[in-house]
Amino acid sequence: MNKVLVRLENISKKYNDKYVIKNLSLDVYEGEFLTLLGSSGCGKTTILRMISGLEHVTEGKIYIDDVDVTEVDPTKREVNTIFQNFALFPHMNTWDNISFGLRMKKIPSEEIEKRVKKVIKLVKLEGFEDRLPSQLSGGQQQRVAIARGIVMNPKVLLLDESLCSLDLKLKRKMQLELKKIQKQSGITFIYVTHDQDEALTMSDRIVIIEKGQIEQNDTPQNIYRNPKTVFAADFIGESNIIPSIIKEVLEDSIKVITNEDKIPFIFSKYESDKKNDKINLLIRPENIKLSKNELKNSIKGVVKDVVYDGSVTKLFIDTEGDLNLKVNTNGNIDIKEEEEIYLKLDEEFVVPIRGKQNEK
Amino acid sequence: MKNKTLKNIFIALVFIFLFLPIIILVIYSFNTSKMNIIFEGFTFEWYKTMLTNTDLLEAFANTLIIAITSTIASTIIGTIGAVGLYKYNFPFKGLINKLIYIPIVIPEIVLGISLLSIYTLMKLELGMPTLILSHIAFSIPFVIVSVRSNLSPLITTYEEAAQDLGANPLNTFFKVTLPAIMPGVISGATLSFTLSLDDVVISYFTAGPGSNTLPLKIYSMIKTGITPDVNALSTIMLLVTTAIITVSAIYQSRNIAEGGKS
Repeated sequence: MNKVLVRLENISKKYNDKYVIKNLSLDVYEGEFLTLLGSSGCGKTTILRMISGLEHVTEGKIYIDDVDVTEVDPTKREVNTIFQNFALFPHMNTWDNISFGLRMKKIPSEEIEKRVKKVIKLVKLEGFEDRLPSQLSGGQQQRVAIARGIVMNPKVLLLDESLCSLDLKLKRKMQLELKKIQKQSGITFIYVTHDQDEALTMSDRIVIIEKGQIEQNDTPQNIYRNPKTVFAADFIGESNIIPSIIKEVLEDSIKVITNEDKIPFIFSKYESDKKNDKINLLIRPENIKLSKNELKNSIKGVVKDVVYDGSVTKLFIDTEGDLNLKVNTNGNIDIKEEEEIYLKLDEEFVVPIRGKQNEK
Repeated sequence: MKNKTLKNIFIALVFIFLFLPIIILVIYSFNTSKMNIIFEGFTFEWYKTMLTNTDLLEAFANTLIIAITSTIASTIIGTIGAVGLYKYNFPFKGLINKLIYIPIVIPEIVLGISLLSIYTLMKLELGMPTLILSHIAFSIPFVIVSVRSNLSPLITTYEEAAQDLGANPLNTFFKVTLPAIMPGVISGATLSFTLSLDDVVISYFTAGPGSNTLPLKIYSMIKTGITPDVNALSTIMLLVTTAIITVSAIYQSRNIAEGGKS
C-alpha cells in the first residue's frame, strides 16, 4: 500500500451550530484517484474546501504528508483546487492564468516558462496561449483550469464537480483525459461529484458521503458488487432492493426469505445475524433472468412498463409477493406491456445488505 | 406603413426634444450678434473673449482640479467601500447597504446645507478644500453603487482561486479582484467626474471666496443675461464631458467585445 498523503482525523464542521460534517476520518493514499461521491448538500464540497484550507475545520485535524496543516493558511498549503466553474481569471489569457500561481510564488521566469510550456503540452493547449477564457470552449477552459492546478506540482489536486458543466459527450471525453493526466502527472486527485458514472469511470477508490458521514469507502468494483448500505446500493448504479427477513440461522449460514415465502436464499452468516432480523436483498436489474416459461425457483410477474433505452430495454415488472422489480435486458427481447413472464433471481447475484451497524 | 411613419415621427420628436437645445447653444456660440435671438453671422470671437476672461479661466481650472481630485479620492474610497460592504459581515450590514442610497436620493440642496453646517460647526474656512471634500462626499455613493453591481459570488471564487494559487491578499486584490470589477470602477469614476464637473447646488453652499467653479461662474453670469461667451464656454464643457463619456464607453464596449465576463 502506498503511503498516506492526506489524513483527515475526526474532522467536524459546524455552520451556525449545525454539524455539516461530523467526526469524519479518511486516509488518502499517494498517487490515487479518490472520489467523494454524494448527493448535493451531503458535505462533500465542504470536505474538499477544508483540505484546501478555504474552509476552517471546527474540530479535528488535517495532515498533509504527515504535517498538521489544520491551522495553515490556504496560500501555504501544497494543495490546489479546480473549482466547479473553473474560476479562470477572465482578464488573463491562458498563459497568464496558468503561470499565475508560479508568479505569485516568485519562481524565476525561465523556470516558469519551462513549467508552463510542459503543462500546456500535457493538457494539449498548444496554440491557445494568448486566448482569453471567454474565447475558449468549455473543454478548453477545463484544461486551462487543470493546467493551472498541476503546474504548481501540488501534493494533492482537488477537483470540485469539475466536469459537471460540460455536455455529456465532452464530459465522457474529459473523464478519460482527466484519468490519463492523473496517471501521467502522478499527482493525487481528490475528486468531488454527485455523478455516479463519473465516479465509476475515473476513480481508484470511491468514498460515498451522506449527511456528512462516510457511507462506504471502497473500490468502484466492490461498491458496485457489494454495497454495504441501501443508500450505497441505490446511489451507485440501478438497483432492486427487496426487504426481507432472516428466517433461520444455521451454523454458518442464514436462510432468508422475501415477504412472500417463495424463494429462500442462503447466505453465509454474520455473527450479529439473528432470527427474524430484517435484511435487505439487492439485485441489479441486469442480473435478473427472464423466461416465458416457468423455471425452478422463478417468480411470476406482469410487465407494467417497457422503456427502450438504446443498448438496453428496461422493464418494470410487478411480481407475486408485491415486488416491483426493474429488469434490464438487451434490446432484442420481444416483450409487451401486460405480458406475463417468469423472473429468476440467481443466488450468486443477490447481495444481502445488513446496514451500517452490522458491518464487521 | 402608417405605423412606420408614426414610429419615425416619434423618434424624431424625442431626438429634437433632447438635442435641439444643445444644438442651439452650440450654434449661438458662433453667432456674431450679442443677442441669442437671431443668427447674424459666423465668428470665433466669443471663444477669444472667453480665453481672455481670466475669471472664467480660473473658474475652469478650479473645476478641473476639484473634479480630478474628488474623482480619484471618491473612486478609491468608494471601491474599497463597495468591496468591504460586499465581502465582510458585520452588524447592521443590510441597513448600511441601504443607507448608501440616501445621499443619492435626498435633494442636493439638503446635502448642500448639511455640508455647510458641518463645515461651520468644525470652523473650516470655505474654499477649495471644502469644495473638494463636498464633491468627494456626494460622489462616493455613486461609486459604491456602480462597483457593487460588478461584485458577485463569482468574484469571491476568483479570489479563492487566487488564494489557492498562493497569492497574498494584496496581490489578490490588485491582480484579480480589481481587474474583475474594473468596469464598475470606471463607470463609477466617470459618473463622479461628470457629476463634479457640472455641480451647482452643493458647490454654491460650500464654495468660498476665490474658489469659484465654472458652473457657479456661469450661474452668476446669466443673472446679467446670457452672453455668447457663456455659450462658447458651455460648448467647451460639452465637448469635455462628451469626450470623457466616449472614452469610457469605448473602454466598456472593448471590455464586452473581449468578453470580460464581469
